[in-house]
Amino acid sequence: MERHLQPDLPDVEVPERRKKRARAPYGLAAPALVWLFVLFVIPMIAMVSLSLQTGNSLEGFRQTFRFANYTDALSQNGDIILRSLRNAAIVTGVALLLAYPVAYWIAFYGGKFKNVFLFLLLLPFFISFVIRTVAWSFILSDNGIIFGTLKTLGVLPDSYRVLGTTFAVIAGITYNLLPFTILPLYVSLEQIDRRLVEAAKDLYASKRKAFTNVVLPLSMPGIFAAVLLTSIPAIGDYVNASVLGGPGTTMIGNVIQSEFLRDRNYPEATALAIVLMGIMLVGAIIYARLLGTERITEA
Amino acid sequence: MSAIATEPRQVELPAPVARGPRRRWTRFLLPTYVIAFILYLSFPILVIIAFSFNQTRGGFGTSPRVKTTWIGFTTDWYGRLFDLPDLTAAIRHSLTVGVLSALAATALGTLLGLALARYRFRGRAGADFVIFLSISAPEIVLGAALASFFVALGVSRGASTLFLSHTLFSIAFVAVTVRARAAGLDRSLEAAAMDLGANPVTAFFKVTLPLLFPGILAGFLLAFALSMDDFVISQFTQGPFTMFPTWVFGATRVGIPPHVFVFATIIFLTGATLAMVQALVSRHRT
Repeated sequence: MERHLQPDLPDVEVPERRKKRARAPYGLAAPALVWLFVLFVIPMIAMVSLSLQTGNSLEGFRQTFRFANYTDALSQNGDIILRSLRNAAIVTGVALLLAYPVAYWIAFYGGKFKNVFLFLLLLPFFISFVIRTVAWSFILSDNGIIFGTLKTLGVLPDSYRVLGTTFAVIAGITYNLLPFTILPLYVSLEQIDRRLVEAAKDLYASKRKAFTNVVLPLSMPGIFAAVLLTSIPAIGDYVNASVLGGPGTTMIGNVIQSEFLRDRNYPEATALAIVLMGIMLVGAIIYARLLGTERITEA
Repeated sequence: MSAIATEPRQVELPAPVARGPRRRWTRFLLPTYVIAFILYLSFPILVIIAFSFNQTRGGFGTSPRVKTTWIGFTTDWYGRLFDLPDLTAAIRHSLTVGVLSALAATALGTLLGLALARYRFRGRAGADFVIFLSISAPEIVLGAALASFFVALGVSRGASTLFLSHTLFSIAFVAVTVRARAAGLDRSLEAAAMDLGANPVTAFFKVTLPLLFPGILAGFLLAFALSMDDFVISQFTQGPFTMFPTWVFGATRVGIPPHVFVFATIIFLTGATLAMVQALVSRHRT
């Protein structure tokens, strides 16, 4: 149509220009995509390849396509995998319950101080999570500022301890992941049209009814995102179990880390990492199906 | 915009059902909880700052370890900040890798974000998917994959593998940040510059780049913060080139020297200040 309007435009210029424009996005995206391909896609393939090899760290590893590496890794670590899944489920549930009221209050009643509250919530996360976890090990230690004081006051028996227990591990992971729970919740609650809540109240819904029938369903995309963003890092965590846990609180991340970095049993470590990735992918897909796909696109 | 959004809430409607005095104290329940929650989140930080001023008993010849109880106030550790050469080296490593990888990730991620915000091209869906995967892949899986790759290549792990890996996990975050900023940008400004005789490169540097600046700065700071905070991927890709978080993790077995808490306090205060400045800059620019 353009050509009819401008008959004197030289024919060659149009495709030439188009070609130039068509090349622009590739030039812009190429360096980053090459980096992502070489250091993300290829390493994933290298990991899959390594997980099927046999050998040891002294004599080297050979590709033998030994799928039994997976069944071996699973049968040796079944209870640890289950424990990791259970811990992650508890962490996700507790973090949701703790974070939802906070996100709700800031989104609905934060007023012009919303950003200040968000800043205060994110402030602690300027310190590396390893050091925050170390700080918790100080706080929770047997004779530390809380339990030491309570013991000298005679409130708690001397044998009472939290450090080294599953409780400490779960509490530590929850603490470290709370920002990943609270931010998506806040974003979805903040987007809710306040007039809908008022309409519900005008129609004689009680405060509670307005919440359960209007606010809660509308914040589902946020809950969905919060559950994924909390549970995925929770399953693979090993820092909390190392710093706050004891001998009986090992998680699957600890096994992968020590098999890979200490024992150099690469096939078993990588097989476990791939199993972990698979569990998360399958879990995310089932979860998405249960909630309905339109929810994900919204999120 | 926030003024419009907050308006409807300010119109207090009379409650349809009158409630007794019970409402009076329940009104304070949620705000109190929010404050308690913020205190809970900040509690370890307060402990770190406080314990950076704690004396240690004994162990003067050997390196001192922070005690879990309060012994007495001292500012000694601030004066003896660089006493531990290993720790100082680890801090230097973290800062170097942090700055270099954030610069690289900002350069690469900005261009990628721009391409994704502005063009529909073949392979775009694939690029989106890889970005999504690299953000959502669990750290331990990413760390194990990178380490496998370096093992398969026979590359010894150290500063360069750390740089490559840290840049990798930051690219996607920068791209997403810049893309959000670029999507809200008025493209006619760039077209106007070109109509006024600027070639595309000049238009990009004189018009597009300054307008994108808050997004790029946010992306850079995010990349730097991610790199400084990272533990898992560092542990898998560092080899003998110890970073600050991995050094601290290693020290948990023998006891934490107070210098760690001093460094943590300084990093925290710097980070918090930078974030506040960044927030003010982006508010000013928009």
